[in-house]
Amino acid sequence: MKRAVHRWLVPAVLLVGAVLVTALMTTGGGGELRSAAGESVGSTSADQVERGRYLARVGNCTGCHTAPGGKPLAGGLALETDFGTFRTPNITPDAGTGIGGWSQGAFREAMLRGQRADGAPLYPACPYPSFTHARAGDIDAIHAWIQSLDPVEHETRGHDLDFPYGIRGLLNIWQWALFEPDSLEKEEGRDEQWHRGRYLVEGLGHCSECHRDRGTFGAVREATDAPGGMIHGWYAPSLNSPEEAGLQQWSTAEAADFLRSGNGRDTAMVGPMAGVVFDSLQHLRADDARAMAAYLRKLPTAEIEASGYQARPSPETVKAMMERGETLYARDCADCHGDSGEGDAGVAALAGNRAVTMKNPANIVRMIRRGGFPASTPGNPYPHGMPPFQEYGDRDIAAVATYIRQSWGNDAPPVSTIGLAE
Amino acid sequence: MTGVPCGPPCPLPRSLTERPAWPTTAAWIAALIGLLSWPAIGAAGPPPEMDERMRACTACHGSEGIRIDEGYVPRIEGKPAGYLFNQLVHFREHRRTNATMNHLVEWMSDDYMAAIANWFADREPPYPDPAEPPRREALRERGEQLVRAGDADRDIPACQACHGERLAGVRPDTPGLIGLPEHYIAGQLGAWQVGRRQAAEPDCMATIVERLSERDVEAVAAWLASRPLPDNTRPAAGPATDLPMQCGSVERPSS
Repeated sequence: MKRAVHRWLVPAVLLVGAVLVTALMTTGGGGELRSAAGESVGSTSADQVERGRYLARVGNCTGCHTAPGGKPLAGGLALETDFGTFRTPNITPDAGTGIGGWSQGAFREAMLRGQRADGAPLYPACPYPSFTHARAGDIDAIHAWIQSLDPVEHETRGHDLDFPYGIRGLLNIWQWALFEPDSLEKEEGRDEQWHRGRYLVEGLGHCSECHRDRGTFGAVREATDAPGGMIHGWYAPSLNSPEEAGLQQWSTAEAADFLRSGNGRDTAMVGPMAGVVFDSLQHLRADDARAMAAYLRKLPTAEIEASGYQARPSPETVKAMMERGETLYARDCADCHGDSGEGDAGVAALAGNRAVTMKNPANIVRMIRRGGFPASTPGNPYPHGMPPFQEYGDRDIAAVATYIRQSWGNDAPPVSTIGLAE
Repeated sequence: MTGVPCGPPCPLPRSLTERPAWPTTAAWIAALIGLLSWPAIGAAGPPPEMDERMRACTACHGSEGIRIDEGYVPRIEGKPAGYLFNQLVHFREHRRTNATMNHLVEWMSDDYMAAIANWFADREPPYPDPAEPPRREALRERGEQLVRAGDADRDIPACQACHGERLAGVRPDTPGLIGLPEHYIAGQLGAWQVGRRQAAEPDCMATIVERLSERDVEAVAAWLASRPLPDNTRPAAGPATDLPMQCGSVERPSS
């Protein structure tokens, strides 16, 4: 229903916007957007390359710019969105298929202002609305590191976007309306560690790009009570809610260790976040991990809006699901997770586990169906794994999920089979 | 390089940004050199309570394999550690395609994979009973011929030349072919034929299956699945010095 409205509304709004923006740009309003492109290219040093390597890890460039089984940074990963399928480009320094021809200034333009080397605007699937907060010197270091790598010749398939999103020129309007290139301003009363943490979380770390829902035109929503977003079929829980992924009730040391090891307080990060831990967070310097932790703990808390499909099964249906869930739980789950969901060494407790009781049930459904291992990291080198329950039908998954969400003091809404299809 | 807990014996370094550009020759040589130090893992020794950690694996890879909707899950216990390690790496790097396995090992370090490979290699639960031999005599004979002697006319080496006379595999890198059901063996050979399963270059299995007809695959799978178990089901000690082909996944002993 929502999509159907977009199809008519969007072209109309964009058409009006296009006229406006074109007028603005020709009168010089957009002139400053090109200013950094002409800056001279500084000399690169081994130090700068090393710094760039580290910063690229913080930004997790490989996470998106590497296809499954593909060569690092050679692009091709598909990102399914409401607007169609984006495919990440090759960012190795290959002159023909990568960004070997991009100058330092051109790379800055892309990262800080969302402009491609040929002047075309970038889709905000690339998180430049976050990267724009980064310092130019850090962007230059990443550029130096990329240019130091071996080029990989790999032509990636283009995006497959629904009409009218495939018209790249329309992004000029999107940027004009919804994107503000800026660096973060100093905030009174906050210490240096908090500022460093904010810089990493809101800038290169681009946490909000997944942990916040996106609005009508794909812009990340600013409201603190916005739910998290969906990525690869998983829900990225809100960092503003202690009932979701918020770390407000953790100590800085605990939270820093959680970021780098991937586990803490008897829970572990799974799904796409395990990939972020594996490729990025485990490599954080200890002081940077503490800074991110310090900033994340101080994020304002909010009661998060519900997201995802809201099941409203009848009491009779819930009763039947609970009975079926209890039987399946006793047979398949209790051996590891305990008769009362208390967990065991290395096995998550389900009682009182916010990953189980979050309003959006996508992740427990994914976990039951596909299983998985948290990332192997120095802090958690040999994690326990959860087996996939592929033989479970939708009814079984809904029953077990409902059972663990409503037992042992857990009090979360039921999961319905209809919701599983969403 | 990275903080990945992988000591000096780490056979195939995994770091997304520094991952070697497969399959360049240099990278394969480096990988093979790394494999020479197999199967030692981190100096700290194997992780404790592996049976608990491995529930995600043993839930399906029980001693007789468990059928699930997606397909047959093979027995992996007792297979040579080097072979198992290579398969885990292949699944992580998508050289073998299976959505479940690709997902499960996605964020796994080489060090953990080595520990897992060693743990499964050291286990030896009883094997299931072999299947009935194929009814058609021609199929039976063709199967036996290919496994025992190969087909010189079509340049097909005998299975046992690499997988061992007992067909129980050869340490450290060549898997056994016993105790596997017919449709799993046929499925794997078929996967190689269409490129859904790959091994390190030179991928000798890929070369061999190209020379097999559909009937050959059927014959080999049926005959292998009907083999009575040898008295000794452990993989043989080391690769023969006169292997018929060069395989990227198998370390060739100096002769």
